[in-house]
Amino acid sequence: MSPIKLSYQVEKDDFTRAGQASSSIKKVLRQLGIEPQILRKIAIATYEAEMNIIIHSEGGSIDVDISAEKITIIIKDRGPGIENIELAMKVGYSTASQKIRELGFGAGMGLPNIKRCSDEFRIESSYGEYTKLEIVIYIK
Amino acid sequence: MITVEELKNKLSLEVIGGEGSLSNVIKNVYIGDLLSWVMAHMKHQDAWITIQTNTNVIAVAALGEAACVIIAENAEIEDVTINKANEEGIPLLRSNLSAYELAIELNHYIKDK
Repeated sequence: MSPIKLSYQVEKDDFTRAGQASSSIKKVLRQLGIEPQILRKIAIATYEAEMNIIIHSEGGSIDVDISAEKITIIIKDRGPGIENIELAMKVGYSTASQKIRELGFGAGMGLPNIKRCSDEFRIESSYGEYTKLEIVIYIK
Repeated sequence: MITVEELKNKLSLEVIGGEGSLSNVIKNVYIGDLLSWVMAHMKHQDAWITIQTNTNVIAVAALGEAACVIIAENAEIEDVTINKANEEGIPLLRSNLSAYELAIELNHYIKDK
């Protein structure tokens, strides 16, 4: 299988289209015959990442690279960056506003959920500039 | 084993959207309103009971492969949520019962599966 690449732009505060990128990624991977359990992990990770861009960032992108062995997902936003990554990784910690919480988000589970679903997980952030996640999920 | 359509008839649920997918089979039930939590714990073919009605509910249900979404206590549902349910083919139902009361009723049908 030659590598397949998918790329999605995700806009800030775009709640009406929220979930479209993750939904589209899932559809492509299902067509490629990825196992349901792995598909589920990818769906959770990409959905949480997509929501993080919408809720917390100035907008960003999700890039998916599919090879025969693994799925690599790069999520990069245009800021404002995470001040304290250790705190952001803690279950239950969230900086989401009351309005966002009323929509059912802001449980402080996004990043921990992504990490739990990933075989490899890297996060880097430059406060004031960007946050980048690199997630790898093995399919073999 | 029970389908969404059968459940709808037994509990007199109101069909709000996703009518084309009422033949979905319900295997289990999940209750929750925090979307990330639901996303992490809901299983394939669960009937998901919630009072959350914004459009993101449908995205979570679609990605989590819920059999249907049941809105408890007649909570008001936005048009954009209904349209999304139709688009994604997620049965969106509503009841005047509470999540607890719905769970008790559902238990009769799920345990016989």
